[in-house]
Amino acid sequence: MRQLCKGNVAIVKGALLAGCRSYYGYPITPASEIAEAAAEYMPQVGGTFLQAESEVAAINMVYGAASAGLRVMTASSGPGISLMQEGISYLAGSELPCVIVDVVRGGPGLGNIAPEQSDYFAIVKGGGHGNYKNLVVAPASVQEMADLTRLAFELADRYRNPAVVLTDGFIGQMMEPLELQAVESVQPEKPWAVKGTRETRKNLIASIYLEPDELEAHVRKLEDKYKKAAEVESRHELYRADDPEVLLVGYGITSRVLRTVVDLMRKEGVRAGLFRPITLWPFPAEALRHAARRAQMVLVVEMSTGQMVEDVRLALDGRVDVEFYGRTGGNVPMADEVCKELTERMGMTAEWGV
Amino acid sequence: MDEYQVIESKSPVFYDKYVRKSELQHQTHYCPGCGHGVVHKLIAEAIADLGVQDRAILVTPVGCSVFAYYYFDMGNVQAAHGRAPAVATAVKRSNPESIVIGYQGDGDLAAIGTAEIVHAANRGEKITIFFVNNAIYGMTGGQMAPTTLIGQYSTTSPWGRRPSNEGYPLRMAELLATLEAPVYIERVALCDNKNIMKTRKAVRKALELQRDGAGFSFIEILSPCPTIWKMTPQESRKWIEEKMLAVFPLGVFRDRKLAPMADAVPQTSVTKLLGLDKPQEVVTRPMAVKDSQPDLTVKIAGFGGQGVLLLGQILAEMGMREGREVSWLPSYGPEMRSGSAHCHVCLSHERVGSPVIEHPDVLIAMNEPSLHKFSKMVEAHGTILYNSDKLPAGLPPCEAKIYCVPALEIADGLGTTKATNMVMLGALLELTHTLPRETALALLKAKVRNVKLLDVDCQAIDAGMACLRKQLGPATDAHAHDGELAPCS
Repeated sequence: MRQLCKGNVAIVKGALLAGCRSYYGYPITPASEIAEAAAEYMPQVGGTFLQAESEVAAINMVYGAASAGLRVMTASSGPGISLMQEGISYLAGSELPCVIVDVVRGGPGLGNIAPEQSDYFAIVKGGGHGNYKNLVVAPASVQEMADLTRLAFELADRYRNPAVVLTDGFIGQMMEPLELQAVESVQPEKPWAVKGTRETRKNLIASIYLEPDELEAHVRKLEDKYKKAAEVESRHELYRADDPEVLLVGYGITSRVLRTVVDLMRKEGVRAGLFRPITLWPFPAEALRHAARRAQMVLVVEMSTGQMVEDVRLALDGRVDVEFYGRTGGNVPMADEVCKELTERMGMTAEWGV
Repeated sequence: MDEYQVIESKSPVFYDKYVRKSELQHQTHYCPGCGHGVVHKLIAEAIADLGVQDRAILVTPVGCSVFAYYYFDMGNVQAAHGRAPAVATAVKRSNPESIVIGYQGDGDLAAIGTAEIVHAANRGEKITIFFVNNAIYGMTGGQMAPTTLIGQYSTTSPWGRRPSNEGYPLRMAELLATLEAPVYIERVALCDNKNIMKTRKAVRKALELQRDGAGFSFIEILSPCPTIWKMTPQESRKWIEEKMLAVFPLGVFRDRKLAPMADAVPQTSVTKLLGLDKPQEVVTRPMAVKDSQPDLTVKIAGFGGQGVLLLGQILAEMGMREGREVSWLPSYGPEMRSGSAHCHVCLSHERVGSPVIEHPDVLIAMNEPSLHKFSKMVEAHGTILYNSDKLPAGLPPCEAKIYCVPALEIADGLGTTKATNMVMLGALLELTHTLPRETALALLKAKVRNVKLLDVDCQAIDAGMACLRKQLGPATDAHAHDGELAPCS
């Protein structure tokens, strides 16, 4: 059945269907509806919702519940995510699966509560200390808020690693039709968990390896895991990208603007196409190289001063001109505005907008 | 010299051999005379005597006791600095049958982790915290702790702790005893055998209370650190007695039972909770059957409290039920009345691209500032519905056609200004014919439980339609209504 649902609420609905019954969090605009929905739903289905004293406590509660082998989540936005970074590093170091949602707002500092995509570096490149990666999915619709949250739980368990749903204030706040299947996920066995039972008494959850050789072996083990994930877990979506002379690249809310841009440019006779990464880590580099193989220009559009563009440039490695256009402060680029940028950079002249 | 003889066997709660240690696997890493060994032993003994070893989970801190998992043969979870009470909170809530022990030092618990311990105690988490207070940072080499005594030297208080610079020693047992939820708080000391026996009793009692599900228990243990204090074990025990007890008096600060709480939440299933067990309340046009109306984008703007966001949601939901792809995007911000609010609604036959509307087909301006601010953004062929009986002076010319709908007055006449947004909805339905009136009525019927209010809402929609029909003149298009409208309920 289709229901009109807010993006933030869809996250909790997806989590419930993924079998998540544990939520520990702290309110922050524009992510608070996630905590509110979890507060309403979790206790009604035998689950736990706890409003922690801070994001620091919340992520460490996630660590505790993940230690017990439960599917557990938290959600926050920029400043709160900054506070969670130490805990995320511990989770990755201790190989604990969990899902963290970042509904990105304007930064740095207190910034504002309008949408940005400026947490890409903090989430995709680590953010906390040490050699680790987050598995990162980037929804572009309310439907995907539910579906990719579910996927995030599966990826987290598959790799015993934190998975992050990286979204923004607009996708979080908007409402769209949502279709849910009444089928709950089957969860894997977790023989490593500490459950207060005879069988699990021998288990230890820790990220400390005092001997350099031991720590190196542990870090290599994580590295191997990440290599495996990089090979098989990247996901992307293409739109009218069979033969593009200009390939637009964007994720989340920006990709929706770019979809409109592709249509407008095609009307003007420009063969534009869209490449949308669905996973930001692993980054769909191979697929991007393929999509861009005949393009004369790649234009990356983000609500940042240029973060994902670095991964695009790394993937394309100088094979094609990679241009960047970004807006910040909570300004979402308009389709007309991007068309104007694009035509200018292509050396064309056309009238866009009013 | 005679052979070394073992005169007492080790608790079964300790591993026989400490294989997690890289070397010297028959002895601990603690210094001679350190209090941790004693505390470990008392905990192990109590766990064994209570018969809860399999259920026991130890949450270890950062500090000298970070390696407690070398020794305790029980479930072990190592926590970040100061966060053991937060970790233990979720470990316990995830395994309600387990016995969860947080073990923390003074830097961990009383400095970096002050918030976590206070809040875990205040929530009455059913865990036990053993707080080993030796007035110094041991593992990092003797820096000042929040419990360092006035005048006590440390590497970071080289002139002795000065209240003017570093404040006073923090008394955690007393501080936590100001809270409502804890059931048992005691401070004990490892200064002599008599007090070690008292410590033994306190440790046991705290764990018994947890076994019985009583609530939060907290034992502060004044403990020697001969290495950092630069004393012999004997001197350091004496120092506890002579110096520490004066600042940290021993005693029971809390010992009581909590009355059982009757605040359980009613239970349901996920399927029911998410409404996946019942069909949609209103008959929906199947997605495959597209209506002939064009796509529509609407911007609704006004003051907070005018029902701006709700009007947009109803419009979006109507569209969804009519088989459209829809999006609703609100302005969001600090929750306040009288601030400005707006939202964007797209009704489309295709997947909606950007939900941000640059140039809406229709602007519903619920107040004058919104009309001034957004009128120029409306498409040239578009329309503005303005909540007033006349246009304000000084409105810059715009290409869109403007209709004045005195929605506030109309709603007021119907009995409540709350229905202002429904008058505007009626006007929009009459203007665009994109969505049928019946869908609006059916939707309201499903959403509005108050029968009186539902009636007013329905009348408001019809009044809005009638108001605009008058201005549009005689029906010129096929969609116009003929004669009487069907009653709404």
